[in-house]
Amino acid sequence: MKRTLLTGNGAAAWGARLARAAYIPAFPITPQTEIIETLSDWIDHGAMPGRLVTLDSEHSMITAAGAAAATGVRVFSATSSQGLLYGMEMLYTVAGWRAPFVLVNVSRGLAAPITLEPDHNDIMAARDCGFLQIHCATCQEVLDAVLIAYRLGESSQVRLPVIVNLDGFYLSFTREPVEIPDPDAAAAFVGDYDAENVRFRASAPTSQAMAVLGGSPYSYFRYETHLAAMQAVQGFEEIAAEFNTLFGRDYPAVEAYRTEDADMAFVMIGCFATKAKAAVDRLREAGWKIGLLRPRLLRPYPAEAIRSLLRGKQGVAVIDQNISMGSGGVLYSELTSALYGRPDMPPVVASFIGGLGGRDISSEEFFEIATILKSAVDSGVTPPPRLLYSEDELKQIEKLQTIAHVERTGGNH
Amino acid sequence: MSEQRFKRLKDIPSTHLFGSGTPACAGCGGLEVIHQLYDILGEKTVFINAAGCMTLLAIYPFTPFRGSWLYTAMASAPAGAQGVRDALDILLEQGRMEKSDDLTTVVLTGDGSAYGMGLSATSGAIERGLDFIYLCYDNEGYGNTGQQYSEATPHGARTSTSTGPRGYPGYKKSIFDIWIAGRPAYAATVIGAEPLDLARKVERATQLKGPKLITALSPCPTGWGFDPQESVEIGELAVKTGIWPLKEYVDGKVVHTKVVRKRLPVEAYLERQTRFAHLFRPSRNEKLLAEIQQRIDSYWKQIETS
Repeated sequence: MKRTLLTGNGAAAWGARLARAAYIPAFPITPQTEIIETLSDWIDHGAMPGRLVTLDSEHSMITAAGAAAATGVRVFSATSSQGLLYGMEMLYTVAGWRAPFVLVNVSRGLAAPITLEPDHNDIMAARDCGFLQIHCATCQEVLDAVLIAYRLGESSQVRLPVIVNLDGFYLSFTREPVEIPDPDAAAAFVGDYDAENVRFRASAPTSQAMAVLGGSPYSYFRYETHLAAMQAVQGFEEIAAEFNTLFGRDYPAVEAYRTEDADMAFVMIGCFATKAKAAVDRLREAGWKIGLLRPRLLRPYPAEAIRSLLRGKQGVAVIDQNISMGSGGVLYSELTSALYGRPDMPPVVASFIGGLGGRDISSEEFFEIATILKSAVDSGVTPPPRLLYSEDELKQIEKLQTIAHVERTGGNH
Repeated sequence: MSEQRFKRLKDIPSTHLFGSGTPACAGCGGLEVIHQLYDILGEKTVFINAAGCMTLLAIYPFTPFRGSWLYTAMASAPAGAQGVRDALDILLEQGRMEKSDDLTTVVLTGDGSAYGMGLSATSGAIERGLDFIYLCYDNEGYGNTGQQYSEATPHGARTSTSTGPRGYPGYKKSIFDIWIAGRPAYAATVIGAEPLDLARKVERATQLKGPKLITALSPCPTGWGFDPQESVEIGELAVKTGIWPLKEYVDGKVVHTKVVRKRLPVEAYLERQTRFAHLFRPSRNEKLLAEIQQRIDSYWKQIETS
């Protein structure tokens, strides 16, 4: 085991290398390019056995990834944002093939308007496709999650592809100290890929993803995939526990930070939760009894763990870095549906949406969220969803629009 | 190149490897080609299917294929072939699979995907030199959804989305020319009605490594409007009128494998199909008929003088 400085992208590449991924279909997109460049460099210089093939699009890349996994080799790939959406048709298809592989998504906002900066609308769009989703907050977690993801996706009870998600720029390009597990220990933990459920061989011909006629066989396959995904909650906890025994790092499906004696909690995913943790520390110093929940697993949804951690709390603030247009935060609706109809659950669940397109969520804003939550708890009235956007930001935009207008028209209105 | 196995019609295998009783339409020209191709390739194949009529050949839990089969989607069957081929190669290299377990990778696609939505994935596979056979059954429209126009629809044909008096105003695109621009290992046009020519070309494709196109004009009784029992005859007419040239590209050269000395007028082909009925009734569209004939004549004139 050695300790070094790695970016989130570098950590993802190390995960693929230690898992001994043999096939890497690739397509470049910012901010994940460093991942495939790193793997390509290793393969070209003999540091890693494997084959990297650049495809003509993410749609083709996901197809090739699923097809190779279904033929019996361990596959790794990575994408981001528009790339994930371009491959979306095939995400549903390869999940239906029950072909397990690991896809790293480096979260980035979606066009239009086009941006390179992160938020979670890309990964939320892939919520229902059949891929499991593991969300990371540190570079160490990215590397470890890739190893855990192979074990989980390939396990005989699951056999589904897995997305490991990290935030673009904030995590993809941040260098942090990362412990790289010993290659032999990592290989022993991940094990060999066994594609017994699929495989194309002359001696054992198989047909995969055939058409079905009518709703009954269709429902059969859809339910089977759903039940397999549900199995992955328990599977994840078991595999993470084994990982902890071997490598000394604990990854429960839901991370709970200072929640035990808390009255209130923030709920967030991804690396912005690190800022929320710091805010929890400062709020604690100011006498607040508040904590943080960070689901690592989003599919399958670890509802029971979340319920058990929130039991008896007075109020929860869900901070979404995504918007489901015309509805609001996706994590908020996921959480409220998990709590609904259970009398011992927090009476107040408030929705906040921020951090879109890389916009920062400041320490003061976490204090403001806590204040709004506290007054909602006191009044018993859940406040309307709130977009984290300041009057100053709005004024800045309007100022730029005015300048551009004057430039364009030469001042003539 | 090794000697051709197929000298006479009776050399062609009559194994009928492909199972009967599929849901394909009676008289399907595409199915006719799959039958013939499968007997030559044998069962050590994996078909990577794009969305189209042939998606419905295998309906869970039954399949007419003796080998393996994978359904992908409309736009990316060549990428599926890339994944399968690469994985088989990796397994062979790693010694995790016997050589005898290897498979021929075949993309099975219609013209809708081949000429349109799947072209980017096809172009990528050709450029990467993928070792695969690409079978396009070309029924000149989106056959599976009721014969709407596709980029393979011929000039003047009526489709369910080109119903006006002139039919489809554009011109059929040449997938053969698009392929050979990428300098593949092999490309050929075939038709089920010429089984010996087809068998020789499929055989040649199996002997070469790299991207190989077999594109088959596939008479479609439901989409083109003729009696299913006339399928073979319509196919023969496509060759005899010169509207579907049989050719192959190998070693950087295009060779026509059948040059008809006395071509029949194209009308002999057109008048047998209701998709061209508006060219004859209520009155003959002389201008359009002459244009179609003229385009065929000038194609062959170029071939004969070169």
